Amino acid sequence: MPATPEHEKELIARVIAGETDLFHELIRPYERMVYLSILTMLRNEQEAEDAAQEVMINAFRHLKSFRGDAKFSTWLVTIAMNEGRQRLRKAKVAQLESLDEDKEDREGDFTPAVLTDWREIPSEALEKKEMRQKLREAVELLPPIYREVLVLRDLEELNQEETASALGINVTLVKVRLHRARMMLQKMLAPYLSTAAPAKKGFFGRMFQ
Amino acid sequence: MTLECKHVWEHVSEYLDRQLDPQLLKDIEKHLENCEVCSAILDSTRNILILTADNRTFELPVGYSERLHARLEKAIRETATTKNDSA
Repeated sequence: MPATPEHEKELIARVIAGETDLFHELIRPYERMVYLSILTMLRNEQEAEDAAQEVMINAFRHLKSFRGDAKFSTWLVTIAMNEGRQRLRKAKVAQLESLDEDKEDREGDFTPAVLTDWREIPSEALEKKEMRQKLREAVELLPPIYREVLVLRDLEELNQEETASALGINVTLVKVRLHRARMMLQKMLAPYLSTAAPAKKGFFGRMFQ
Repeated sequence: MTLECKHVWEHVSEYLDRQLDPQLLKDIEKHLENCEVCSAILDSTRNILILTADNRTFELPVGYSERLHARLEKAIRETATTKNDSA
């Protein structure tokens, strides 16, 4: 259960004033968010866990520098994104993908997959474990600049402004990248959904004939 | 105004985030009434987003929270000791 903004503010002040044990309570609502935002960047559970611990320790050590003009959650995610990027950079020598930001205008196919029989299958397919696995894989396959926006917006459910602030980019770029990320996911997952439950030539098919 | 499918696809994301201006929203909804292809694209994207936000899709490792707080506790203690030493 996330603390109310007032309670959170009070917790921060008390931790800074010396009640350091309260830091545990302060970060509890954000443990998941910090871990997952790093995991989707690093794609390695162990390293993501270590990085998440580092992020929380750094947040504790620098809590005084939190000004309160951003939300505490945004501040934490910013630290998490930086930690993730730093580790990626270190590992980059052996990495196939690059963190270059200049790929924005590259040729890309951001159109969705056409799938007319989707509406007949959604809930049962969504309940399937395999579908969740496919989704995890698809998210991992997104180029980093798209993946990080999608994770913050659609997984962590930060708003556009918070996402922009955490990534150090503007809101327009958040929107563009989010749209592309979603379309890439839709395209990657459409084939699995159509095979997950074979289309029935049923109600809709007859209705429109 | 009659929209082409491709034009609708460019706005899928804004549509799902309810960020379209009223006129465009109206045009898109009109298009959706008669276009199964675009409706399916919208539904599928929406479903993927629901699944993305589902806690069961991205899970935490067992014991993650305990390990985090144990390490944090150690760091907090160390920081306190350093402060006391330097004081």
